[in-house]
Amino acid sequence: MHCAGRMRECSFVGNLPAAGEVYTGTTIMAVEFDGGVVVGSDSRVSAGTAVVNRVFNKLAPLNQQIYCALSGSAADAQAIADMATYQLELHGMELEEPPLVLSAANVVRNISYKYREELSAHLMVAGWDRYLGGQVYGTLEGMLTRQPFAIGGSGSTYIYGYVDAAYKPGMSPEECRQFTIDAITLAMGRDGSSGGVIYLVTITAAGTKQEVITGKELPQFYDDSSHSFSKPLQHRMLQSRMTP
Amino acid sequence: MLHSAWEPQGGFSFENCQRNTFLETSLKGLRVPHARKTGTTIAGLVFQEGVILGSDTRATEDSVVADKNCEKIHFIAPNIYCCGAGVAADAEMTTQILASNMELHALSTNRKPRVATVTRMLRQMLFRYQGHIGASLIIGGMDVTGPHLYSVHPHGSYSHILFTAMGSGQGPAISVLEDRFKPNMTLEEGQKLVVEAVTAGILEDLGSGSNVDVCVITQDGAKFQRAVSTPAVLSKRQGKYHYPVGTTAIMKETVTPLPLEMIEETVQTMEVE
Repeated sequence: MHCAGRMRECSFVGNLPAAGEVYTGTTIMAVEFDGGVVVGSDSRVSAGTAVVNRVFNKLAPLNQQIYCALSGSAADAQAIADMATYQLELHGMELEEPPLVLSAANVVRNISYKYREELSAHLMVAGWDRYLGGQVYGTLEGMLTRQPFAIGGSGSTYIYGYVDAAYKPGMSPEECRQFTIDAITLAMGRDGSSGGVIYLVTITAAGTKQEVITGKELPQFYDDSSHSFSKPLQHRMLQSRMTP
Repeated sequence: MLHSAWEPQGGFSFENCQRNTFLETSLKGLRVPHARKTGTTIAGLVFQEGVILGSDTRATEDSVVADKNCEKIHFIAPNIYCCGAGVAADAEMTTQILASNMELHALSTNRKPRVATVTRMLRQMLFRYQGHIGASLIIGGMDVTGPHLYSVHPHGSYSHILFTAMGSGQGPAISVLEDRFKPNMTLEEGQKLVVEAVTAGILEDLGSGSNVDVCVITQDGAKFQRAVSTPAVLSKRQGKYHYPVGTTAIMKETVTPLPLEMIEETVQTMEVE
């Protein structure tokens, strides 16, 4: 289920960015369903402790029906996405038909693998094509893996248990969409480098739908800061002081 | 006859980088001159009719103010301007290279320049140099597709946003923008907000200071105003340290002429009309 390759890039503790370097420090997720995929991401871009952009869309289109989700160094990820978009467009022209998701994933993987020493970014590729339907591929450090669902970025480490427990094979598009929103919300709640809004893309044969889920629309989970857990204890202490 | 081994070529040269790092590590106590950073506050926002860019005018060399009134808003195209922060020379040269390339591009495509093109050319160049060109830029302009604002970082990452601030004074500036920005503001509201944002940077950040420059870009073109406001005026000195003759009482005066002998006297006449 998980990426079998080195998790170095996914772990926040193991791979802290250089001070000043812009880092997407992310939570990204893609889930496959029968007939398409749902891809989601948060929107925070940080440079050290400062948030450089709080509404950055980390879902970049490689073509109409194939998207990639960016994580890691912002500059590297954007550069790879641009290169991949260009190479895929050229490939599609030569093919004279929309390219496969597997081709797109390979284009991204080849760039990541060739320059693996210099680059510090992970792009997840997901989309729909008419041969294999919806597909999700991880390209971590140049290894290609097809998965029913994939999570990535620094925030993903906090939700491995949740996604393993909550995922059921054969979910409907709406269930997949809710699964993605819940998982990313939970990760944003625990990871300092993830936050903002959730960008969601649903890709099917019929087309591509883009959504933004902002603050109030995010699902509410148990939150220490909003729960008045300590009130009964304070009340008892006050009472004991009042009686002589 | 001595010929130089390499012909001088245009563009950036990183030949001495390896030698410099070697010198720094092997010779202890060597004070290496640092590149002058602009220590800046730059800001930009999109309003109803276009884009407004603002900047301070202080350039610092470590903790000394090297230039009290430098220009940080650079021309790229008649409808596109660019604010630069980071290393002053890098920001200056990069924007000049870009302006030159954009003019050639516009001539060969026979189309008015677009902000997205400027951003793409810029970040492809910065990515190629892997962050060694320390230029952080805010690109703003009005093209056929409408008003656009982009921020680009030294490593080559970019964001397409409605308002932003960069430089050492970005913290105070972005706080002001986050508080008071509204989409589709009028020119007066927008300009007032940009000036307030840059002023916050000037007052709160040591690396920013002097005046606020503003550039407004609309359908009709760009209007670049130098020193729209001067938030921190140098205060007048309250008193002087000059003491009038007689402040200290003279108790005794002794004049001792030095015994000198004239050895040689030469007179040089000066040519006067």
